[in-house]
Amino acid sequence: MIILKGKGVSDGIAIGKLYFYERKQLLIEKKTIEDTKAEYKRFADARAKAMGQLDALHDKAVREIGEEEAMIFEMHKMMLEDDDYCGSVKEMIENEKVNAEYALEKTKETFYEMFSSMDDEYMKGRATDIKDISERVMKLLLNTSSKIIESDEPVIVASDDLMPSETVQMDKDKLLGFVTMYGSSNSHTAILGRTMGIPAVISLKDKLKPEYHDKKVIVDGSAGEIYIEPDDTTYKKYFEKQREHEHNKELLKQLIGQENITLDGRMIDIYANIGHISDADSALQNDAGGVGLFRSEFLYLENTDYPTEEQQFEIYKHIAEKMGGKKVIIRTLDIGADKQADYFAIPKEENPALGYRAIRICLDREYVFKTQLRALYRASIYGKIAIMFPMIISLNEVKRIKQIVDEVKLELFNENIPYNRHVELGIMIETPAAAIISDLLAKEVDFFSIGTNDLTQYTLAIDRQNQMLEDFYDPHHPALLRLIKTVADNAHRNGIWVGICGELGADLGLTEEFLAMGIDELSVTPSSIFALRKKVRETNVSECLKSGILDTYK
Amino acid sequence: MKEFTYVVKDSAGIHARPAGLLAKKAAGFKSDITIKKDDKSAAAKKLLALMSLCVKCEDQITVVIEGEDEDAAYTEIKAFLEENL
Repeated sequence: MIILKGKGVSDGIAIGKLYFYERKQLLIEKKTIEDTKAEYKRFADARAKAMGQLDALHDKAVREIGEEEAMIFEMHKMMLEDDDYCGSVKEMIENEKVNAEYALEKTKETFYEMFSSMDDEYMKGRATDIKDISERVMKLLLNTSSKIIESDEPVIVASDDLMPSETVQMDKDKLLGFVTMYGSSNSHTAILGRTMGIPAVISLKDKLKPEYHDKKVIVDGSAGEIYIEPDDTTYKKYFEKQREHEHNKELLKQLIGQENITLDGRMIDIYANIGHISDADSALQNDAGGVGLFRSEFLYLENTDYPTEEQQFEIYKHIAEKMGGKKVIIRTLDIGADKQADYFAIPKEENPALGYRAIRICLDREYVFKTQLRALYRASIYGKIAIMFPMIISLNEVKRIKQIVDEVKLELFNENIPYNRHVELGIMIETPAAAIISDLLAKEVDFFSIGTNDLTQYTLAIDRQNQMLEDFYDPHHPALLRLIKTVADNAHRNGIWVGICGELGADLGLTEEFLAMGIDELSVTPSSIFALRKKVRETNVSECLKSGILDTYK
Repeated sequence: MKEFTYVVKDSAGIHARPAGLLAKKAAGFKSDITIKKDDKSAAAKKLLALMSLCVKCEDQITVVIEGEDEDAAYTEIKAFLEENL
């Protein structure tokens, strides 16, 4: 038995096989072959399999995202059926007597070159599609899997770290837990773990070795430990612990339908943070009062070009209807920093976290912003949509946003397209600048939502992706709590409500403080809702205030 | 042989999606269907070749159809272009 110690970032116990995921470098060798017919058949078979995969991906995308988006896989299929493309592979195999992999690689290069040299941005982008389809077939030829989890049974995924795109692609039914070598408690892996309610342990460094692949492991997300090939005693202990944990989860379920009310009668809204349309189920199952943060990024990250108004409209309409009249706060585009999409063509920046991101992109590329706003307003008649804007630092930005919103509303009005005139507009308070001038900003908007992840990183000057700084990162830093209190006070003085939608909202060690500050809403990952409700119901705010809980933050 | 010209109105030009649909449509006919733009031409049944013409909004294309079902192809391809592009 080997015990590795890392950092637990999502609670729970997982017992299962370890699946070590390594990004494969495809190695293509040139070989001479005799039987060209058989060689071409290898290509044709791989291609046929790829077509099957694309069908499956298409169906998955239709279910999870929508018809429009799924078209990309239809297009990939058509590309794979293209006569010139297949003909090129065939000719090379037959005339040059080379292996299928080499012929495919050269064909890929030819077409890749063809598209990327076209003098049209859109067509240039199609080179990526050529690469994508070619690599799909190549992986089949080389017998390397294109799936992230290639296993029949659910597994614990191990990796150096996982990219946002990889976590999106992962087959969620096959996931028991995550263990990674690097990453930080705010990485996508950690957030996904918490969203799904499965354990995750990070920062295991190079103690986590690829040779552990396929071995039986136990992950303890609370203790941040993993056990490789556990002995019987350990196994039994954890089997029990797992049952206990499940039982506890069940207990929390008994809180379903109960109010979020303190012992002395203070109510608070508990909403869900979701990052994908498919998370809405989880929000509803966990009894969320609404969606406090719907991250619209996936629409942009999973696309190869700016999503159209229609695509976005469908998604927003869907989520609004799905939540059945409960409030859905949609955050506008928050691309940049650690979330990048190639087609945005954002030049490399020295300091991306302090760079061209979020509202800055929207105010600079107004057409992108307007498309999203149009889609949001069109969807606003199908439920209770509210809109919030990220990364605000100044009053002028808010005023400019409101002008653009008015322009969009006028456009819709002139086009006779129905929309809700009274959509609540709010801003994220996630920069110290916004927190400090929150008295001025509060006069311009309907609500504040405090994004504690960024607010912490900007206040403490700590890069939250940098694992070397984990020891310096204090999420309970008094500077941060003072800022939060200032924001809450300024909101209430101006008659608007204030919520917290960062990870800190679910931190039970601060629930009393937040209640005492009069925070009106906490938006957390769906799996944290019951634990938070329990905590709220056990809290007595007046007692907390009497004991001077906020004295340090005055 | 049948021939007609068409000016593309779709703001995105013949991008991947309509190109795919057009290729699919063309594949349904026995006739040879060629799309010409300036001095370049491509078989309408070939998606990648079609895309490589890089037809943009306001570009004029010439469609040449030759084969046993050219009459039917003419009507349908023309209708397709008018409806989708």
